[in-house]
Amino acid sequence: MPLWAELVLRLAGVIVAFLVLPLVVGQIEHKVMAHMQGRLGPMYAGAFHGWAQLVADGVKFVQKEEVVPAAADRHVFRAAPILALLPYLAVMLVLPLGPGLAGQALDIGLFLVLAVVGVGVVAVLMAAWSSANKYSLLGGLRAAAQLLGYELPFVLSAASVAMAAGTLSLSGIVEAWHPWWLAWQLPALLVFFTAGLAEIRRPPFDMPVADSELVFGYMTEYTGLRFALFLLAEYVGIVVISALTTVLFLGGWRGPFADDALGWLWTLVKVFLVAFVIIWVRVSFPRLRADQLQRFCWLVLVPVSLGQLVLTAVVRVAMS
Amino acid sequence: MSGYLGSYATLGILLVVGVVLFGAAFAGNRLLRPHRPDPGKLTTYESGVDPVGGDWAQAEIRYYVFAYLYVLFAVESVFLFPWALVFARPGFGTTTLVEMAVFVAVLLLGLLYAWRKGVLRWT
Repeated sequence: MPLWAELVLRLAGVIVAFLVLPLVVGQIEHKVMAHMQGRLGPMYAGAFHGWAQLVADGVKFVQKEEVVPAAADRHVFRAAPILALLPYLAVMLVLPLGPGLAGQALDIGLFLVLAVVGVGVVAVLMAAWSSANKYSLLGGLRAAAQLLGYELPFVLSAASVAMAAGTLSLSGIVEAWHPWWLAWQLPALLVFFTAGLAEIRRPPFDMPVADSELVFGYMTEYTGLRFALFLLAEYVGIVVISALTTVLFLGGWRGPFADDALGWLWTLVKVFLVAFVIIWVRVSFPRLRADQLQRFCWLVLVPVSLGQLVLTAVVRVAMS
Repeated sequence: MSGYLGSYATLGILLVVGVVLFGAAFAGNRLLRPHRPDPGKLTTYESGVDPVGGDWAQAEIRYYVFAYLYVLFAVESVFLFPWALVFARPGFGTTTLVEMAVFVAVLLLGLLYAWRKGVLRWT
């Protein structure tokens, strides 16, 4: 295959995954939440159990008038949703789906992913501050404090896996993974998953959005397509956090049999299982208050992840 | 793409393609959507009443403490990654481990201090 054709194929694959997987997760969320709450959820669009609901939503969003408030900082306001999505696009490129099957394998993939996910806080602050709205500003500051705080346990627990595997390459980590790591890295897994939830501002860590007190936090002034992009960012976030949890802690493409041929299937199954748990958590837990959330991060998650680093280091040195 | 920097070229191209894609989406959006601005619509949203005070309101920010704490630990985590790759290789061993433990312990002391000072609890 010529170079350009391979490149086009890789990029197209990443972009299709970037646009389709979040919609699948979003639809699953609609239905799973509905059934957990004794409702039916969307049933009309697309005739069969409302499968086309999000497509219909998209068509509606595209036709809505775009309102940029007169007081807003126009350019920053308009750029923010794009900046919220681009980091996730970059992450999707390096996530391995199967052995040798990734948009682009990078030898410092994990480092890139952690660095790039952190850019999200800039997009949130841009949206919050440029809206010139008090709800937005409050939501944005809460989001910034939350993202900064939870970045640490997120990074530290990922560092634990990097120490265990001795590599920063995501596919290298999957290759080094053994089932007993599930026990060895369990605290890191729990910390990573929890901090990941907070990183994408999912309930119970949705204090920055808190629809019952801040209208819609930093997204209050957004309408139409730009609002839709912020929502898309949330669901891409679920896909990315699920995929990272899968690759780092759950063995990625390693399955019960036929890893080489069916690796992509095991990865997808695990990703959707983790995504299901994220939805389940949303339905089950009440929202944490902003200061409780910070205390939980600094007094529980950070010490646990530091303890995990010690455990990983000691076990690793003892083994070698 | 081959070569060390070649793999990053793919990343760069993807980001450019992403920006073009969003640009195209907004261009399509411009064709499909109505555009009828009026002063009421463009007012800042404040639950239906007229906005009170200036646009960029002043608010008490208690979060700066968390930003300080973050900077403290972010530096640590940057140093942690290169160390994480080599500490188990032959020739490093226990000394490397103890060195990192001392480094992390100093930072933990900082967190302990912040906690005892009560910056993590609001009254």
